[in-house]
Amino acid sequence: MGDEVPPEVLDSLQRTAQEVRRDVVRMTYRAGSGHPGGSLSVVELLTALLFREMRLDPERPDLPDRDRLVLSKGHAAPALYSAMARRGFFSVEELRTFRTLGSRLQGTPDRRRLPGVDASTGGLGQGLGIAVGLAIDARLDTRATRVFVVLGDGECQAGGTWEALLAGAHHRLGNLVALVDRNRFETDGATDEILEIEPLVDKLRAFGWRTVELDGHDLPEILRALTGARASTDRPTAIVAHTVKGKGVSFMENTHVWHGRAPNREEAERALLELGVPPAEVDL
Amino acid sequence: MTGAPHRASLREAYGRALLELGERDARLVVLDADLAAATGTGEFARRFPKRAFDLGVADAAMVAVAAGLALDGRTVFAGTNAVFAAGEAYNFVRQSVCFNGANVKLVACPSGLLVGLDGGTVQSVEDLGLMRGLPEMTVVVPADAASTRAATFAVAERGGPAYVRLAGEPLPDVTAGAFELGRAAELRAGSDLTIVALGALVHRALAVANDLAEIGLSTRVLDFASVKPFDEPALLRAARDTGAILVLEEHSVLTGVGALVAATTAENYPVPVRRVGVPDVFGESGEPWALLDRYGFSPDRIRDEAWELLKSRGKVS
Repeated sequence: MGDEVPPEVLDSLQRTAQEVRRDVVRMTYRAGSGHPGGSLSVVELLTALLFREMRLDPERPDLPDRDRLVLSKGHAAPALYSAMARRGFFSVEELRTFRTLGSRLQGTPDRRRLPGVDASTGGLGQGLGIAVGLAIDARLDTRATRVFVVLGDGECQAGGTWEALLAGAHHRLGNLVALVDRNRFETDGATDEILEIEPLVDKLRAFGWRTVELDGHDLPEILRALTGARASTDRPTAIVAHTVKGKGVSFMENTHVWHGRAPNREEAERALLELGVPPAEVDL
Repeated sequence: MTGAPHRASLREAYGRALLELGERDARLVVLDADLAAATGTGEFARRFPKRAFDLGVADAAMVAVAAGLALDGRTVFAGTNAVFAAGEAYNFVRQSVCFNGANVKLVACPSGLLVGLDGGTVQSVEDLGLMRGLPEMTVVVPADAASTRAATFAVAERGGPAYVRLAGEPLPDVTAGAFELGRAAELRAGSDLTIVALGALVHRALAVANDLAEIGLSTRVLDFASVKPFDEPALLRAARDTGAILVLEEHSVLTGVGALVAATTAENYPVPVRRVGVPDVFGESGEPWALLDRYGFSPDRIRDEAWELLKSRGKVS
């Protein structure tokens, strides 16, 4: 079980996260649509899960004992697809097909088109309930499977999320970890101006969950929290990850404007330069 | 006539079928949403306590949890009143269950006007329209206990999502268990008129057919318990053979099986069709069978509708 992450591993994870950010920009630019803001904010969370914490085998996406991941905020699909491609589920080249007719890379994840996606999502407020079901399923079969679900903070306004929070605690699902991407913005504006969800950590704790609050861009912190969650036997863990919407692209940061808007060519080029792509290699 | 047929509870038939299925399939799971007494799953929960979960008044979460449990192929039955199963949880049924292709069987009991005394808020007469409009959904409406038993086994055997609508009131034995997915059961042969009926109205269709027989008119009665897949060949045979179709359903005429029958015949073999269903209104409190009479399903009204069709075909004057 692993504990301190060796520096070279951390380095590699950070490089992967940067690649995923670049992919998000390229994919949403090419598709002319998509959700860059909330994709960029979950990059470290997904990287930590797919490249380090989760038990999975990209060659055998149906392995019964694998851990499960539900991207409840399905609109962050670009980040998920990029991380999956870079983890070896399919070729990085296929990312070019995102949102095109016939692609396995639908606007929101579709488990039946893309092996490795554990649940189809898109409409918000449903993923946590599915994750509760997956966690009970694993327990009934006495599988060591752990279930991870990534929620947006906007969907913490949805009733279905709170119904499922009750169920997760009631059924003592120690094998369930919910990660809330607390980027503070939703489609129409700032979450605290539209429908306040604070004090979120207190609410989650009051609902019977183990809670951890951390910087959602700090990989060592995320990895420590995920490792810590392994020890929980009878309570699900909620990780409230404070993140920056649009992280890594200055003009996309901390605004709702880029929630559901794709960059144009000039914007995408600027974004890639900011993400450290050498000018000669900015290839759209 | 040998007197009124025996009436039996559909929810008890469902509960008994679940017990057998639970014995056979050690992975089968049953979910409820605080209406376990209404859905008849109590005995299953006593026999298999580790495989029965009551999710409380959280219908949407129950459906999502059911989907999660079912994604790897486990068979999951999840039950509550139709207004919650199909209405409250609609987009959860659509996305978490159907879009995911999850092996979830929703059992809606009680349902329709027969909910009775609790009133219009909890009498779903729109659920069949919602559910049959969902891709990949199987939809069945058994007419009696034997059909409920057969339908429960059939949806368990068929992979993927299903919606089973059960009347909360005991219904007369009429089918002798003649249920098959995708097949209408011909409960009575006939050549002058066809009555397509489902659920709680099948026995009324048979009673009217009996009455008409006494004056020499021959009525075919088709039990369309399998709403989806729908037995189009049986419907079109009936259209050709009898030339007129009366539809009886305890559901809104706007989106129910009557609309489907009218559309299917209009496209393929147009014949006069009359639909007896709930008009475009909500229900209200009342003794269940009195409510059915009040909303247009009295034997007199059904006979009148049949008579109109027979007149239009020149079979009576």
